[in-house]
Amino acid sequence: MSNEPWQMGEIAGPKKALIITKPSVVVGMVKKAKRALMVVGHEISKYDLGEESAIDYMIRIAETFKIPIVATAHTVSEFVKRSCYPIWWMSALDIANRLQDPEWEGLDGKGQYDLALFIGIPYYMEWTILSGLKHSAPNLKTISLDRYYQPHATWSFPNIKIDEWFTHMKEILGQIVEK
Amino acid sequence: MTSRKSIHFKLDKLKSNLAEIDGLEVSIGKIMGEEWEEPFGPTPCPSLATLREWDLKLLKRYKPFYLPYCDVCCLCTMGKCDLTAGKRGACGLDICTQQSRIVLLACCIGAATHIGHARHLVEHLIEKYGRDSPIDIGKSVGVDIQAPVTRLVYGEKPETLGDLEEVLDYVENQVTQLLASTATGQEGDKIDFESKVFHAGMIDQVGMEVADMAQISAYGFPKADPEAPLVEIGMGVIDTKKPVILVIGHNVPPSVEIIDYMGEAGLSDSVEVAGICCTSIDATRYNPRAKIVGPISWQLRFIRSGIADVIVVDEQCIRTDVLIEAKRTMTPVIATAEKNCLGLTNRTRDPADEIVADLVEGRALGALIFDPEKVGEVAVRTAMLLAPKRMKFKVIPEAKEIVEGAGKCAQCRFTPCMRACPNNLPIREAMEQAAQGDLEGLSNLYEACIGCGRCESACTNELPIHSYIIGASEKRIREERFKIRAGRGAIQDVEIRRVGGPIVLGEIPGVIALVGCANYPKGGNEVAEIAGEFAKRRYIVTTSGCSAMSIGMYRDEDGRNLYEVYPGGFDAGGIVNVGSCVSNPHIAGAAIKIASIFAKRKLRGNYEEIADYIHNRVGAVGIAWGAITQKAASIASGFWRLGVPVIVGPHGSKYRRMLLGRKDRKEDWYVYDARTGDKVFVGPCPEHLFYAAETKEEAMVMAAKLCMRPNDTPKGRMIKLAHYIDLHKRFYKVMPDDLHLLVRTEADLPITMKDEVMKILAKKGWKGNVIPDPTLLPRLVHVKEGKRDEQ
Ligand code: SF4
Ligand code: SF4
Repeated sequence: MSNEPWQMGEIAGPKKALIITKPSVVVGMVKKAKRALMVVGHEISKYDLGEESAIDYMIRIAETFKIPIVATAHTVSEFVKRSCYPIWWMSALDIANRLQDPEWEGLDGKGQYDLALFIGIPYYMEWTILSGLKHSAPNLKTISLDRYYQPHATWSFPNIKIDEWFTHMKEILGQIVEK
Repeated sequence: MTSRKSIHFKLDKLKSNLAEIDGLEVSIGKIMGEEWEEPFGPTPCPSLATLREWDLKLLKRYKPFYLPYCDVCCLCTMGKCDLTAGKRGACGLDICTQQSRIVLLACCIGAATHIGHARHLVEHLIEKYGRDSPIDIGKSVGVDIQAPVTRLVYGEKPETLGDLEEVLDYVENQVTQLLASTATGQEGDKIDFESKVFHAGMIDQVGMEVADMAQISAYGFPKADPEAPLVEIGMGVIDTKKPVILVIGHNVPPSVEIIDYMGEAGLSDSVEVAGICCTSIDATRYNPRAKIVGPISWQLRFIRSGIADVIVVDEQCIRTDVLIEAKRTMTPVIATAEKNCLGLTNRTRDPADEIVADLVEGRALGALIFDPEKVGEVAVRTAMLLAPKRMKFKVIPEAKEIVEGAGKCAQCRFTPCMRACPNNLPIREAMEQAAQGDLEGLSNLYEACIGCGRCESACTNELPIHSYIIGASEKRIREERFKIRAGRGAIQDVEIRRVGGPIVLGEIPGVIALVGCANYPKGGNEVAEIAGEFAKRRYIVTTSGCSAMSIGMYRDEDGRNLYEVYPGGFDAGGIVNVGSCVSNPHIAGAAIKIASIFAKRKLRGNYEEIADYIHNRVGAVGIAWGAITQKAASIASGFWRLGVPVIVGPHGSKYRRMLLGRKDRKEDWYVYDARTGDKVFVGPCPEHLFYAAETKEEAMVMAAKLCMRPNDTPKGRMIKLAHYIDLHKRFYKVMPDDLHLLVRTEADLPITMKDEVMKILAKKGWKGNVIPDPTLLPRLVHVKEGKRDEQ
């Protein structure tokens, strides 16, 4: 089950995402990357953490990693409401299209990224976008931070429950702070 | 090169042994009724590569971004080939080229489906009404430019049903040629595949136009009528006390014959005819007393409701398990199309009495009948005799059964039901709630459920989940009683005269075409909300097919139906239902007619110039929020070649590639100023050609932006910017970040936002630009040599 796609028909090809078994994998990947960014889609609001907000959590992780956030669709409105952390906004396809262009100057004009973390785009749309990047952006690594296995990412969590996912996020944050 | 097959020659004098003739003119293969004075443009009957240069211009700006849906290719016996990330297959193809090949295959399927439909309709109508039966889609209301797409592409204006056969010969040939280029070892370049995709879309537009012109003319559908009647739609409008015939599909002759038979037999008040998908739209165009159940996704729920006593299927968008589903409710199925025989016995030559008896006595699950008249008789008589026996036998469970069934749900850890659901609906939670006796959770799934039944196939306990959702939504379904304006057909020339100027100058901020199927991410209400938003803002909203239905099956916050609030005229603030899928060319035709009527451009075989005009001047955007089929793909590609952008919903990302502009690449956004020959920066207008939006909010913001065109006057651009900024601020809560690319002069700035926008522009180092007479075609520059250079 662990490396099965969440939506059962969305079978990938021979090259499938490695499974993130420990949150340290994410931390290590981000630390190793020269330039990383995080792409957050509108379904982030579906992550029901009770008292906590998944958006706040993503902001804290991005802030601690010192990586920019690109909010897709109308998700930027949620970030604007609660944060002074600088947020970029772009549609999911626009950011993906730029990530596969070796000549893109990046959000800040300093060049292309070598790592992109994705979360909150509808599963099947994130699936197709990650597929596009797998094939067309050979120098880019991708991580799905969602709680569903995304076979086209370079690294992905398996299908996990929300509390397990939240524990992982807390550990990621804890580990970056420690380091 | 063109593929015109007719031969035309003229001799001033012919002298032979038999006679001496002056001014002889001979046409072989050309049988169009009336002479047409307009000279041929450069590309009548274009073949595969005739318009390639135009395509390459578009594809240079809107580059394909491939989203492979499968990493392998399995189309030949050397495969399967793994094409992952740079690997090539045994034939030499890479993953991107393979995706473009599959897109072309999809568009060929789509075009062939419409063209096959058109061929059947034309043959049937010629048999019934004669080859000389005139094409008239609104002459009495001044539709002088009939068949704008056919004129533009094929280069003739058909006047009779017989003329349409020749047009179909051409498009059938083109689809065959296109399909051939997808063979193993044929086309090897992704951009050339994309050019052929555009060709398929353009050819499809001709095929659809032929189909709709034929049926409007022969069946007397509303002819360019902005006040086409309001007809009933929704499961709640069907009179279940009567025998009910359900028609499903797209090709209307069997439905017409059912209605006619009922009339002749004096049964019009005794039997209900209701339909799903486009055949029902066309049935209401024929007779407004016919009813529409709903879009494509209403099939399972309606069949299982047992309301239908007979099901008649024609072609396209029909569930392939219709026979299995209908058997459960003891409803016989009559198949009527050679393309969709369903494994049934051909009863076309059998006496109607025998077929009716077999269906009523249950000796056959259904019948295959190719003669539409016989279908009419058999369907009506069977429904009349069977209704009292069937007693509307249904398989949708009552509340008590649902609660009992939900109690058997194993609450599977990995939720196969939810993971099978295209919209990831939380079925397990709803089942848990239902097991406690509360059906609200299941009922809450109704709006976003597309009725595919995949959850049922996946359920480990074989629970009829979709039926539970429907059963739990019984009250809501009873209240599904709405109105939709019947498809009006073409846009009148006089309407084009009225709005052509305001559209081209930008004062009507845009034309939003809501078309396509019902694979919505969050339900059909989103389509209606988009329509209402833009109609309220006085855009022209046009619609067709399942999207037109979804707009009707909605009440706004004041409880109003949008077709009752907004008029059906092609004017600012109108919601214009042109009809079924094959009516879509009336929308493209309106843009083409703007170029012809308002700008006096020549149409005949002059595709490139007209597309250039539309791309640079007509602020039209298609939104196919729930696009499903290959037909939707080819319809979209017909708009792309005209330079009209199309937005799809998130499921549309599965079409395997997008055509995306890059607003950060300044060099992509230059046009020629036809007045001077100078190259002028016009900004990303329109930014994309094919684009999947994640949410309806994103789609609305993007649609407002995609309506901007280089030709907008300052007043027009001001209006368009005002809508774009307003929607952006409303949904994104921030100002757009690309205003410096969209504002050409200070006069473009919306007055109430001027100070705020000027500050943003100053920060971006904005400098003004001239507003050109825009074209991508150097040959259209008025001045001669010197300033022209190739792009
Ligand atoms: S029938 Fe409805 S609930 Fe079931 S899988 Fe399809 S969309 Fe989901
Ligand atoms: S698959 Fe069937 S049994 Fe399992 S959770 Fe879903 S509805 Fe219940």
